[in-house]
Amino acid sequence: MSSVTKHRLLLLLPFTIFMVLLAYFAVGLTQDPSKLPSTMIDKPVPVFDLAGIDGGPGLASTDLTGKVQLVNVFASWCAPCRVEHPLLVRLAREEGIVIRGLNYKDKPEAAQAFLNMLGNPYTSIGADKDGRVGINFGVYGVPETYVIDKAGRIRYRHVGPLMPQDMEDVILPMLRELAK
Amino acid sequence: MKKFLLSLSFFWSLKRRAGASAPLAYAPWGAGRRSAACLAGLGFFCSLKRRSAMGITTLALASLLSVPAFAVMPDEKLADPAMEARAREISKELRCLVCQNQSIDDSNADLARDLRVLVRERLVAGDSNDQVLAYVTDRYGDFVLLRPPLKSYTLVLWAGPFAVLLLAGLGTAVYLRRRRQEVEASAGIPLSDDEEARLQALLDGTAEKRGPGA
Repeated sequence: MSSVTKHRLLLLLPFTIFMVLLAYFAVGLTQDPSKLPSTMIDKPVPVFDLAGIDGGPGLASTDLTGKVQLVNVFASWCAPCRVEHPLLVRLAREEGIVIRGLNYKDKPEAAQAFLNMLGNPYTSIGADKDGRVGINFGVYGVPETYVIDKAGRIRYRHVGPLMPQDMEDVILPMLRELAK
Repeated sequence: MKKFLLSLSFFWSLKRRAGASAPLAYAPWGAGRRSAACLAGLGFFCSLKRRSAMGITTLALASLLSVPAFAVMPDEKLADPAMEARAREISKELRCLVCQNQSIDDSNADLARDLRVLVRERLVAGDSNDQVLAYVTDRYGDFVLLRPPLKSYTLVLWAGPFAVLLLAGLGTAVYLRRRRQEVEASAGIPLSDDEEARLQALLDGTAEKRGPGA
């Protein structure tokens, strides 16, 4: 390589670095900053034992082993929960998926009214009145949905309402894979 | 207090200029001198002469008595002031995950309140500051820390600016060295006849305008 072409290439270096940075930032802009990674992935669920609502079955961490299941954090005061709820009901009834409810910082009677109105997809529900179990799961917004494997480890977290596409593309394939 | 008086007199002089200048138009310098006296720190007294003094004094007192609104509620606070101070210090390090660019000390979000209470509980239970931070990080990840820790994946973040500085410094050093070498290399070469003639012309002050290649 002659020194002239070498020199020219060197002149292109700042431009190249700029383009690489630009591409990096462009990718960053397409990502949703409100969706945070969970540090709980591949870790066992936190230890807890919660009473149910309105005398229904409660939820303890020991219930989350032995079977692939979902834990859905919900509250009657949370609007997006109402959006995803019909999908949860359909999953429980038609697909036979075990969904456990974590009723986050809610009044039991309000939660019961919510379920009476929209249907109850939950095998059992833990009433997390002070939100401490939620904090141990790393919950920072309701609704959140966790995929739990047979060993009782958290394998996936979905933040925000579950949409049919999330279900088809991510959750259902994952449940099938984990159930093998 | 000095600051307060200054701001008060400034406010007053603004008011004068805006509202009361028309009837005083026949004596603009008198008004100006009085404004200057007010600005010099006597604002409180000269404003008392005015009818609007009541309003301004009320405003000033209100601004004196008011305190900034804090997110930390009295019922959250610990009885032990030393421990409460530690709790505040820790809370300033923790990000509110709902608002993301506020610390939990500043945020009014429910989750921020829950975490503030949790931080205080851990302190009362005997945790050190680092243990409390680790407790929260275990659940929410490093993102919860407002000051990113130095880890393998944050190396670019921490070292990046220094790397750029180093590269720029190296580039400049190489450039300067090369230029000096060029100057030194040409030092021994005598001027050509043409250059000699041009130099002489410049020294004699008889230089014609000539293009560089001519």
